[in-house]
Amino acid sequence: MLQTRVTRPRRIALIGLAGAVAVSLSACAESERGPDAGGGEGQTGGTLVFGAAGAPSNFDPFFASDGETFRVTRQIYEGLVGITPGTADLEPELATEWTPSPDGLNWTFKLRTGVTFHDGTPFNADAVCKNFERWYNQTGAGATAALSYYWIENFGGFSDGKQPSLYKSCTAKDESTVELALTRFTARFPTMLSQSAFAIQSPTAMEKYKADDVKAQGDSFIFSEYARSHPTGTGPFKFVSYDEANGTIELARNDAYYGDKAKLDKLIFRVIPDETARKQALEAGDIDGYDLPSPADWASLKEGGYNLMIRDPFNILYLGITQKNNDALKELKVRQALAYAIDRETLVKSVLPEGAEVAKQFYPPTVVGYANDVMEYPHDPAKAKQLLAEAGYENLKVKFWWPTQVSRPYMPNPQSIFGAIQEDLQAAGITVEPVSKPWAGGYVDDVEVARAELFLLGWTGDYNSPDNFIGTFFGTTENQFWTSGSPWAEDLATAIDAADATVDNGERDAKYQDINRKLMAEYLPAIPISHSPPAIVVSSKVQGLVPSPLTQEEFGPVSVTS
Amino acid sequence: MLQLVLVVWVLSVLIFAWLRSLPGGPVSALLGDRGTAETRAQLTEALGLDDPIFVQYLRFVGRALTGDFGTSTGVSPGKPAMDLFMERFPATIELSIAAVLIALVTAIPLGYVAARRRGGWLDNTGIVGSMIGISIPIFFLAFLLKYLISIKLGLLPTGGRQSATIDATRVTGFFVLDGLLTREWDAAWDALRHLFLPALALASIPFAVIFRITRASVLDVMDEDYVRTARSKGLAGRVIRDRHILRNAMLPVVTTVGLQTGALLSGAVLTETVFAWQGIGQALAIGFERKDFPVLQVVIIAAAMAYVLVNLLVDLSYAVIDPRIRTAQKGS
Repeated sequence: MLQTRVTRPRRIALIGLAGAVAVSLSACAESERGPDAGGGEGQTGGTLVFGAAGAPSNFDPFFASDGETFRVTRQIYEGLVGITPGTADLEPELATEWTPSPDGLNWTFKLRTGVTFHDGTPFNADAVCKNFERWYNQTGAGATAALSYYWIENFGGFSDGKQPSLYKSCTAKDESTVELALTRFTARFPTMLSQSAFAIQSPTAMEKYKADDVKAQGDSFIFSEYARSHPTGTGPFKFVSYDEANGTIELARNDAYYGDKAKLDKLIFRVIPDETARKQALEAGDIDGYDLPSPADWASLKEGGYNLMIRDPFNILYLGITQKNNDALKELKVRQALAYAIDRETLVKSVLPEGAEVAKQFYPPTVVGYANDVMEYPHDPAKAKQLLAEAGYENLKVKFWWPTQVSRPYMPNPQSIFGAIQEDLQAAGITVEPVSKPWAGGYVDDVEVARAELFLLGWTGDYNSPDNFIGTFFGTTENQFWTSGSPWAEDLATAIDAADATVDNGERDAKYQDINRKLMAEYLPAIPISHSPPAIVVSSKVQGLVPSPLTQEEFGPVSVTS
Repeated sequence: MLQLVLVVWVLSVLIFAWLRSLPGGPVSALLGDRGTAETRAQLTEALGLDDPIFVQYLRFVGRALTGDFGTSTGVSPGKPAMDLFMERFPATIELSIAAVLIALVTAIPLGYVAARRRGGWLDNTGIVGSMIGISIPIFFLAFLLKYLISIKLGLLPTGGRQSATIDATRVTGFFVLDGLLTREWDAAWDALRHLFLPALALASIPFAVIFRITRASVLDVMDEDYVRTARSKGLAGRVIRDRHILRNAMLPVVTTVGLQTGALLSGAVLTETVFAWQGIGQALAIGFERKDFPVLQVVIIAAAMAYVLVNLLVDLSYAVIDPRIRTAQKGS
């Protein structure tokens, strides 16, 4: 038997009870504001709010490989070597100078003195070696490519010896001198150390908050307390908090910074996943800037008085060719015919953003070993038809994969790029059968397991190194282009390794040029299309932001006027 | 209760199988153009995605029974999916409650007045308005409100739950309530300003339905014998309205509000995306794009549970509103 009638006295009692609950709740809900709450006003630098497209994965850059994470950690940490703002060139950072032994296997780094981590502990040779040892000694989940992507890409294996490692040892010679020993010479060292993943972190803080306590649990990873809430570096900004409920990450100026101190009091990153919402937040003044505005918005942002900065392109978009599924594509003449058929000049002008350039080889001209005299493929449909006829494929049919639900700096608008190339190919008498799939919903899988015939893909350089481009594409014979069927695949892979292991700068440069010439004339495993510039936009209140071709901006010199 | 367990179980099987039958997956979403055959294989193994699907399901259930629902791979990588849900759920509840409140306080009086003055200008305006409310895509409405009020007029913020620069203490996860509890009045006001537009956009769905149901229901009740009797025995107009008409007309309205929970959640996916609202709707949208299986599983199952629970509450609330149901229970 139920009696749910609420009589008037009971109703009053209920209201009283609710009131009592509210009072007791508010009694235990004390404001946690510090004495300087609301800060910013009256002080020098002010606050900058920057719109981020996604949440950072964690704040330990060693376990990260995505731009959203690095944008934040780059302000907190520094590496042994850095990049001169506005360029892709190496400059001293926590190391002031470095010298290799004649064989290039031992490197002596002189460290900056008088530097402390945000937790007050000193930065010295011992701290540097502890970082290298930590990286090298990862095990379990920490040693998988999903977490230690950059270590595996650059140094290879770990101390377990399952894979050969570039790293041999780290010795603290004295307080401010470190000797790093490598197992072989590579031209990528020490430039590779400029990557955000190799930032030097406080050994004390890492130990205290169990930085290596990372687990693969079920179908994902769990990060350490250090990585979630206690990142400790030497950079111009200190980590304050990550308010996940509101999607904001707060950094504050490091007043103990050894160099030019940050001008801002606070630097806040606000997660706004939707592209249009980011633009509108900027227009309404809710944020002061955001990265990678869509090229479709460039004109209206400029008209609106925003400071749209177009970086130098440091990426490559190529038309991928998978030789496996279509015998015609195994013929060099057919691949060359595709190259002649595509009007890249018009494509770059009509479909790609301002500042984009036609790609003549597989990396941009700023990278070492760029050859000025590679074979070129100017737009020539007649020549394309002729080559197809010579190869015996007058009625060539190809399946052309293109992705939806994605925008990459090198590929801002896949649909228009696909459309333009498809038209060109058809004009040269080639029948195109389009296959479109969502990026994470089948496209990447199909390309990776060589299910496609033609496809669109590209790469953004991590640092100034030819190996970072062509080594990634063709460094092994097992690749997306399925070149293993070609007689030259082995030679190409060997040549790339040999160039990287060449100690002499001039000699190495010549080797890379030679590879680039062969790639374009004799191999043509894919067709380089374009280099597209990514942009970054800030409001007119923001000064001092230097756009980086590597999309690695530093906010230390940035200021805002109110 | 058994019903709830059954719903959750069937749903978990369906969601689990369906997500894994889609092309692509978390490995592609995580590695993208950086993946190689080797790293992809390694990640697939680390995530346990290479096992047969029923093995994956058993493992999921086994862990779920111990309270571990996996960790996010795409929405907020590395965060336990249940934590993510618990953190974002208040945001969506806050938004939904505000939307329902806006809808109730506008639609019920309007529906009542429209019914009492059937055919009048207010009635006609209300009907046309609710037609628009039902037929306008909520995505478009949200966009329009934001464009006019936030961007053109600059009256309210464009998105988010609170200004990034405000220093607010978190207690319950309901930002407006938190501000009131901790007496951080500026934080509460700021949260309220952020809440208004998304709630208004989301309110368009329940508003239209509640208005129409209220109107129809009041029209029905006004013709009932007991209303005529009440009137003929000379009761005051206010008493007739409150006790005889409104109370009886409210039953179908309450049912509707309960059934609208589902519509609210699907509306929240779009509204939260437009207004960068850190709720479960946004988590669903990002989760689908980035193939975040653990988050999608938890959010969809929990949302279904919430739906079942809300409708249970609605059933119980009948007893409070309708004396006849209480009487029936008494007799049983």
